[in-house]
Amino acid sequence: MSESPEITQTLQRPARTVVPVSGEHVGSPLVARPIGRRTLDDRASLVGSLLAALAITWLVYERMLAFGGYVGFAVCWWLTFIIVYTFVSASSHPWVEVKDRLAGVIVASGASIIALVLGCMVVFVFLKGWPALHHWNFYTQDMTGVSPLDPLSKGGISHALVGSAIEVGIAVLVALPLGIGTAVYMSEVGGRAAKLVRTVVEAMTALPDILAGLFVYTVLIVGLHWDRTGLSAALALVVTMVPIVARSAEVTLRVVPGGLREASWALGASQWQTVWRVVLPTARSGLTTALILGIARVSGETAPLLIVSGSSTYFNANPLSQPMNSLPLFIYGNVRGVQDENILARGYGAAAVLLTVVLILFTLARFVARPRSGSR
Amino acid sequence: MTLLLDDPTEDAPAEGVQEQDAPRSVDPGLGRVDKTFRFTVRGIGMFVLVMTVAIGGFLGWQATHTYHDYGLKFFYGTTFDPSRNLFQIAPILLGTVEVALVALAVGFPIALMTALFITEYAPSRLKSPLIALVDMMAAVPSVIVGVWAVKWLQDRAIFTTRWISQNLGWIPIFHVDGDIDAASNTWQINFIGSVAIAGLVVGLMIVPLACSVMRGVFDLAPLSEREAAYALGSTKWGMIRTVVIPFGRGGIIGGTMLALGRALGETVAVLLIITNDDTPKIQVLSGGTDTISAMIASQFGNAHQGQLAAYLTAGFVLFVMTIAVNTVAAIFVNRSRSGAGVDV
Repeated sequence: MSESPEITQTLQRPARTVVPVSGEHVGSPLVARPIGRRTLDDRASLVGSLLAALAITWLVYERMLAFGGYVGFAVCWWLTFIIVYTFVSASSHPWVEVKDRLAGVIVASGASIIALVLGCMVVFVFLKGWPALHHWNFYTQDMTGVSPLDPLSKGGISHALVGSAIEVGIAVLVALPLGIGTAVYMSEVGGRAAKLVRTVVEAMTALPDILAGLFVYTVLIVGLHWDRTGLSAALALVVTMVPIVARSAEVTLRVVPGGLREASWALGASQWQTVWRVVLPTARSGLTTALILGIARVSGETAPLLIVSGSSTYFNANPLSQPMNSLPLFIYGNVRGVQDENILARGYGAAAVLLTVVLILFTLARFVARPRSGSR
Repeated sequence: MTLLLDDPTEDAPAEGVQEQDAPRSVDPGLGRVDKTFRFTVRGIGMFVLVMTVAIGGFLGWQATHTYHDYGLKFFYGTTFDPSRNLFQIAPILLGTVEVALVALAVGFPIALMTALFITEYAPSRLKSPLIALVDMMAAVPSVIVGVWAVKWLQDRAIFTTRWISQNLGWIPIFHVDGDIDAASNTWQINFIGSVAIAGLVVGLMIVPLACSVMRGVFDLAPLSEREAAYALGSTKWGMIRTVVIPFGRGGIIGGTMLALGRALGETVAVLLIITNDDTPKIQVLSGGTDTISAMIASQFGNAHQGQLAAYLTAGFVLFVMTIAVNTVAAIFVNRSRSGAGVDV
């Protein structure tokens, strides 16, 4: 910190004995300096540097060099700010503190990129999707007999909505028992084989989703001569979902206190009773979160569906015959390489719907998983 | 005590005294319900194990067919043209690695800074919303990220990539062929769908994964050491540099590698962005590339029966790469964390 003016004055005075007057504040400042709070100097140099950098950038970038573009402006502003801030800080502080301030600013701006990106994405999808979103028929009709070029007051995404719901529903019905069963096996039964299962499951959580689709396609459609139906799409989703659910459920089960299990055993309960009556209920909120996050992940899954599921324009609620469309496929098909306004708008609208569903599921998961008192 | 011990002796058939002295097994063994329970759960576990191993085994088995049909040229040849039945995946492999590396270059600093900000700088009441925000980013489906990237981000990012190639074009990887200084919009075609833009987007997508691993480790940095650093007069950054980062090194490396694994396999966002180009090239700013996953997703539908094995083998190469990267990552992460689970 800089030397306070009082000290400087004291030092400049010729050395002589001074009798302290009682009640008067002499020499060194005895007032406690607040720690961990920003001083006026901290704030002023931050705001001042920001404004100075803005002015310099505006002058040089816009006026003298006549560049354009918001991104370039923002980047130049930020770089100028860092330089100005360094000089401002260095003028009154030691280098250690300059480094501290710079690190704080850089870390904060790195973190804000994520917020910017997420906000930008959400705003973009909803703004672009709005023309389609405010038509009721968008939710209630399908695309049967509707040309993709038709105005937005005709046709909609109900077939994709229903298709997604059915496929995800089947996937959950199959993947939930498998996932939680595996988690119970890994955490409650244990043993060498369980370790192997855990290793494999952990590796599989990061399995590229396209490979799941490839596998299901080759086994079911090429090998067993199934059709490209909703069921085969759902099974591809199962392959991606099981490791996710199993892993996060196992993490939850592992933090169930061992004391609870032992208490149950001490009361004479069998292991099955312990798991069913004690372990699973204790971990209920964590398991629900695992499930919801699994659903959120799977409902946006596109890559396996590109391979396994055919797409359709008509309403089909039977997963056993005929292809089914789904939201991610619908979005992909409407956006990939297309320039027409109406087709794009339907794609954005579907994207907005999918995003809403996923974000609602996500919020729900956070809500269920609220930390109870005492848990980490 | 005598009473309790007497009971079994009285009930036991009078066969001989030495039998009564033999130690009784304390473990009663499993009941029938428990046996069924264990059997069922073990069965489920084994089923999942078999299912997941089957994917790898199946893809690996297909590789033998491919080797038979296309030879080792499959891996190092540079012509990829399914219509002429030429499957040589080296250019695609190169594209995959390039996209993943650019993604790391973008994602790693952002993830590290976000993790540091959340654990060290953010006020405590902001922490939980910030964590939710980053996790929410992870929940956004990749098709939506892809749509946003191709329709919004790309139109802005190409100005930056052009600026880089105009000023640093003498470095081979930043060089872009074609008329990049054109006054009209014709220059844009040279920059659309490049490795750099695909990598930028994938980099943003892997931030949440890397960030949550790093955050988990930074949170565990011992309070006593932090306070010791402060007591020695350290600034906050000094404390982070000397305590938090060295403590979390395993998590930083592990999280980054997990993110690398994710980046290698990202499909839809990449597929939406890149302009398909199967020639090998190292100019990351110039438009056109291909990755294994995008290639499979876009071309698999056109494949006829005899070519399936080639695609599956390409998938197997991707599989081996991801599994290798993830295993190394898991070793780092597990070594660095002490018992507590890091919830990804």
